[in-house]
Amino acid sequence: MNAKLNELTARETAGLVARREISALEVAEACLSRIAAVEPLVGSFLRVDGEGARAMAADLDRRLAAGEEPGPLCGVPVALKDLLCVKGWEVTCGSKILKGFFSPYDATVVRKLRAAGAVFLGQTNMDEFAMGSSTENSGYQITRNPWDLDRVPGGSSGGSAAAVAAAEAPVALGSDTGGSIRQPAAFCGVAGMKPTYGRVSRYGLVAYASSLDQIGPFARDVGDVALLLEAISGHDPLDSTSAPIPVPAYRDSLGREIAGMKLGVPRQCFAAGLEEGVERAFRESLEIFRGLGAEIIEIDLPRIPHSVACYYIISTAEASSNLARFDGVQYGYRSPAGENLVEMYEATRRDGFGEEVKRRILLGTYVLSSGYYDAYYARALQARRLIKDDFDKAFERCECVLMPTSPTTAFEIGSRIADPLRMYLSDLFTIAVNLAGLPAISITGGFDASGLPVGIQVIAPPFEEEKIIRTASAFEAGAGFQDRKPVLSVPPAAAPGPS
Amino acid sequence: MNYETVIGLEVHVQLKTETKIFCSCPAGSGGEPNTRVCPVCLGLPGTLPVLNRRAVELALRAGAALNCGLSGFSKFDRKNYFYPDLPKAYQISQYHRPLNGAGWLEIPTAAGKKRIGVTRAHLEEDAGKLVHFEDGWSGVDYNRTGVPLLEIVSDPDLRRPREAYEYLKELRSVMRYIEVSDCDMEKGSFRCDANISLRPAGSRELGVKVEIKNLNSFKAVERALEYEEIRQRGLLERREPVFQETRLFNADLQQTISMRSKEEAHDYRYFPDPDLVPVVFPPERTGEIRGQLPELPLARLTRFREEYGLPDYDAGVLTAERSLADYYEEAAVAGAGYKSLSNWVMGELLGKLNEAGLTIEESPIPAGRLAGLLKLIEEGTISGKIAKRVFAEMFESGEEPARIVERRGLLQISDRGELEGIVETVITGHPGPAADFRGGKEAAIGFLVGQVMKATKGQANPKLVNQLLRARLS
Repeated sequence: MNAKLNELTARETAGLVARREISALEVAEACLSRIAAVEPLVGSFLRVDGEGARAMAADLDRRLAAGEEPGPLCGVPVALKDLLCVKGWEVTCGSKILKGFFSPYDATVVRKLRAAGAVFLGQTNMDEFAMGSSTENSGYQITRNPWDLDRVPGGSSGGSAAAVAAAEAPVALGSDTGGSIRQPAAFCGVAGMKPTYGRVSRYGLVAYASSLDQIGPFARDVGDVALLLEAISGHDPLDSTSAPIPVPAYRDSLGREIAGMKLGVPRQCFAAGLEEGVERAFRESLEIFRGLGAEIIEIDLPRIPHSVACYYIISTAEASSNLARFDGVQYGYRSPAGENLVEMYEATRRDGFGEEVKRRILLGTYVLSSGYYDAYYARALQARRLIKDDFDKAFERCECVLMPTSPTTAFEIGSRIADPLRMYLSDLFTIAVNLAGLPAISITGGFDASGLPVGIQVIAPPFEEEKIIRTASAFEAGAGFQDRKPVLSVPPAAAPGPS
Repeated sequence: MNYETVIGLEVHVQLKTETKIFCSCPAGSGGEPNTRVCPVCLGLPGTLPVLNRRAVELALRAGAALNCGLSGFSKFDRKNYFYPDLPKAYQISQYHRPLNGAGWLEIPTAAGKKRIGVTRAHLEEDAGKLVHFEDGWSGVDYNRTGVPLLEIVSDPDLRRPREAYEYLKELRSVMRYIEVSDCDMEKGSFRCDANISLRPAGSRELGVKVEIKNLNSFKAVERALEYEEIRQRGLLERREPVFQETRLFNADLQQTISMRSKEEAHDYRYFPDPDLVPVVFPPERTGEIRGQLPELPLARLTRFREEYGLPDYDAGVLTAERSLADYYEEAAVAGAGYKSLSNWVMGELLGKLNEAGLTIEESPIPAGRLAGLLKLIEEGTISGKIAKRVFAEMFESGEEPARIVERRGLLQISDRGELEGIVETVITGHPGPAADFRGGKEAAIGFLVGQVMKATKGQANPKLVNQLLRARLS
């Protein structure tokens, strides 16, 4: 059984560990073995904390043995995106500029995971400062898609998505500013949710675009998403933008029927150059929903084509300010070049940031500069309001909105990196959801001709994550796509795990 | 040509909160570098600000005292610039929607009261402090980072450097009255930058303005503005351009020196801080806050003049600090004569307190006891001269004046029979001065009174002594 402990769902693991049928340490070891075996192929992790994970697991086992009440994530190994602060860990956001920054504090979600009994495996790769859709913008390494090692895992939370898909961890946390959880979840064939803006505390999440960022879970099925979401949600006095709204028992929404539920499909989503395989899988998924008794209606989101422009103004403006603190003064990388303060600043930021980050800082600085604010930033805020209005109107007619997560399946490594604009445009369907602050999940809705997973999004009104979980879990039960797993041919020499 | 001087002031007042504006570190000043810091005020990656409610309350109270319009809706913006004392590389401030909108402050001037417009009074966080070492390196002390400040911007309504001085004095007095700040310039809890321009008399357009920084006292503000007034007038008269720039005041040279020009000015790229939510409060709060304000200094000054019949000067000194005015009024209510009380408070009491380095709150003589002392004088129980001795003793021991008088046997001698005997002895002992007086030399009586006082250790009733001497020598 030991060899498969890493493939259990988080719900199964938590139950078994709580009943002390297996130990947290065994589960941690299973994940660490899997990591050791597949990391050379996938590269999900920037840093694996084997020693820490074993210590956390052993400590948990001791406390359980002493009769301590088990938490809801008791013994569940979790992989954390490298932008969540963990006390004592180096946190780099996939950037060279933060090399050597060790966090003196825990993010609120990290604190909540600890309290729930989770075990931390390590930190996953990402596009530098969460800016990218392929994880190729990492300052350290690329991550490969477990379904096809020549393809990207998506991004920016590509490491978290790949780690879950490759069964290195049952669950992981990522962050989603313009699709950074949902798009890699789609590319890697796992479930990934961006909660409502304000549902999960951002304290301890290194900010990219503060008004859009939201932390959320990755898992191999919707049930685990619900479990993790419940553990990390809730108001946090340390984050003024977290909502003082009670957290429902999300797991109660699992296994419920959706017969009679009205699901809206925006007509705009077929007009945006969907890949053939994506369109086919999406249409087939609509049939599955119909088969479950849901009513599919066409809706109109007329302003959704403006999302990308609006997003790249707001997100870069905020980023230009959020990333200004990485100046070599207090922590992280400081260039030895430069004769004075200004030269030190310039050299540090020139050498410490990657190309994409610099591009976005420049863009954001420009749109906020004196004389341009009204033409760009102020108008983008107006456009954002209109996009939100579109969704509000749509939700008068339907309970959830369905859309493809991405117009394409996972693309080949290196194929898009030279064309940032094309990369930006591929985030159309996810970006609108962030601008409107809505909750959305991406689950596997089918596969394209080459067997790559196709993600579909289920979007709900603010703080109605329960509707998403109910809809998505009903789909899962009907379609069963979550059971299909990528096959990684691990060279025997690289698999030293317990036999 | 005649020129008119136009001055506007930007004042930063440090709000008296227990903790910093966006985290729970203590807000005080001083201490070992970087001992009052946490991940939030250090701006570490991932941290978020949470607004201090108390800072908002104090800022609103200040706004109410400055007659500011309160919209009930306010937001925070980021002011972006790079400097090592600014750990996030932006300062959280208020640009688009300040907490307090337009208002005014009345100041006393030689020509009577004048109303100075207040453009806005907004909340912001303080930056840290750079420490420069001898080896050429610099360090940053972030203790001050995140201390709440209220920036009060005046309209360009001040016309003379002296008015700027009066405005600052009045503003400090008001802020201290309403207990929102200590306003201690030396400790940096009250800071001022000045803007000054000149324009031809009668012109409505503003001239090119110069901003002056590094002003460490009210006197320095006045001096810097006087210097700048002369410098700019000289330029204008020679038809040379005045450059828009920032100048530093050098207190040793008593001059302003150019620091940076407008071309080098920052583009702060203000935009709403997405980490904070707007401050919203119902309109009735405005009335409530105004209702809770104490009587403000200028109103109190006027009342002191009218109610206690005090001269302008006395009323001004006594009402400059709320605690001093409270002290005066407590003693007045306890029955001390208004003018003599004013003299004693401004003279003896403030003098002694100053000497001892005490504030009025720390006075060893409570107001009621000072009133008691003054009553003893008025009733003729002790002389003014003895009263000073009693006062000195009260200051040391805090004892009741009547008990000191009794214990020390300092009761004034008003017994005719007893004094007549002493008068007789003095006249016999000093026949010269006695003859002088008889001969019409009026001043000689002073010497004789002095001798009687000396013989009675100051306890004789001087009025009675005078009477008895004159009667005996006529």
